[in-house]
Amino acid sequence: MPGGSENQTTTDERYASRLALTVNDVPRELTLDNRTTLLDTLREHLDLTGAKKGCDHGQCGSCTVLLDGQRVKSCLTLAVTLDGRSVLTVEGLAGPDELSPLQAAFIAHDAFQCGYCTPGQLCSARAMLDEVDQGWPSAVTEDLDAPAELTDAEIRERMAGNLCRCAAYPHIVAAVRETAAVR
Amino acid sequence: MKPFRYHRPADVADAVAVLAAEPQAAYLAGGTNLVDLMKLGVQRPDVLVDVNRLPLDTVEELPDGGLRIGATVRNSHLAAHPTVRRDYPVLTRALLAAASGQLRNMATTGGNLLQRTRCPYFQDTSKACNKRDPGSGCAALHGVNRDLAVLDWSEQCVATNPSDMAVALAVLDAVVEVHDTDGVRDVPLADLYRSPGAHPERETTLARGALITAVRLPALPAARRSTYLKARDRASFAFAAGSVAAVLDLDGDVIRDVRLAYGALAHRPWRAYRAEQELRGHPFSPELVARAADAELAEARPLSENGFKLPLTRSITVRVLSGLAGRAQS
Repeated sequence: MPGGSENQTTTDERYASRLALTVNDVPRELTLDNRTTLLDTLREHLDLTGAKKGCDHGQCGSCTVLLDGQRVKSCLTLAVTLDGRSVLTVEGLAGPDELSPLQAAFIAHDAFQCGYCTPGQLCSARAMLDEVDQGWPSAVTEDLDAPAELTDAEIRERMAGNLCRCAAYPHIVAAVRETAAVR
Repeated sequence: MKPFRYHRPADVADAVAVLAAEPQAAYLAGGTNLVDLMKLGVQRPDVLVDVNRLPLDTVEELPDGGLRIGATVRNSHLAAHPTVRRDYPVLTRALLAAASGQLRNMATTGGNLLQRTRCPYFQDTSKACNKRDPGSGCAALHGVNRDLAVLDWSEQCVATNPSDMAVALAVLDAVVEVHDTDGVRDVPLADLYRSPGAHPERETTLARGALITAVRLPALPAARRSTYLKARDRASFAFAAGSVAAVLDLDGDVIRDVRLAYGALAHRPWRAYRAEQELRGHPFSPELVARAADAELAEARPLSENGFKLPLTRSITVRVLSGLAGRAQS
């Protein structure tokens, strides 16, 4: 593996950039090493530790946040690319003393055990429901011309980018199903 | 990760000029593959040229009935595009079979075409790999090779192309628009990828620094009856063990036209011209399809662990064409 200075954060201006972005409706200005991912920006520079680092390779989904309303993996997103853009994290899904309907449904359905994947599951599900509202099909949608019904098979396929090592999947599906039904 | 400079180009010409001037520069699009490979130390660019804000993010209907897809159109947006869903369902199906919702929102059309192999030896800098480090050898040839090539591999490289989208584009006879310092030119998808041969480090026929700016789909009315079938080790979010893209045009029972391409078998998406030839003009039957698939795979040389890919590919070919034929007959 690369060593030495490749593991050190640099402030050398050739390799760093200044950027402004909005996080949970709060404008932020930062100077960052170009290598900094959005995930590390949130966790290490903005004290927003809701998004979790699981695999750090785009495979587990625990780092999922919304970028201009669309779900992305913050571990594979370089912050330097985000000047002027808007990020929503789990901390922004509801006010400090409130729960979003999705969060309330996760508690009601016991949709987590250790909770490590939960911020990513919540952000992913929130954006996934918007994708369904926009009529986006999935790999299990039979008729590409008809609006997709949010069956359990659809929920499972659309949430496949979020792993849960405690395997709370049946309860996650139930929580998402209930939230979708009352939207 | 190695420190790198970051450049946001004003236009395509600026992007191409930076790549021409900087030997270790790389284009950054969705980053789903490149950023990961940079973390792994497999790719070590000095400069990233961020093409995400170039005006390449639209899908246009062409006067002749075809479609022009900008290089930074996200995979999720392309899959959901109403014209793609109606006229080129094989493309929507291939895109939706790939990756996850989050990754499809990031990954772009151009980046998908230029993603690197997922051969585990390529991704591990402690292993010999001629693709990553020319001349170092191929640890995969006699290693864990279950997921690797059965067709057209060389002693130097047994990697496969991982893209689902490219397999669909192969049956659609897509054309790739490429910019370099000499201007813009068209590259048919069939000519975009190379066989590994003695130089697996060269994956495409594009010159270093060339930028894909769009993909064009010709009008193809038969593609309204088309689909993509992907076999994999789990139900979702996995690379293919085998996959097939298919377009079928029946005249009664007779196959007027058919197009087939395979994924996960070779260093490039594998257009099955020989199988198509065996099928065209004959009455449809599953037995004929199985024989055509076998004819296509006659030159296959399975590695120690991946002989299963041959019956798998035959099975999914029969399944996908029978499905399309069933729909055609109803």
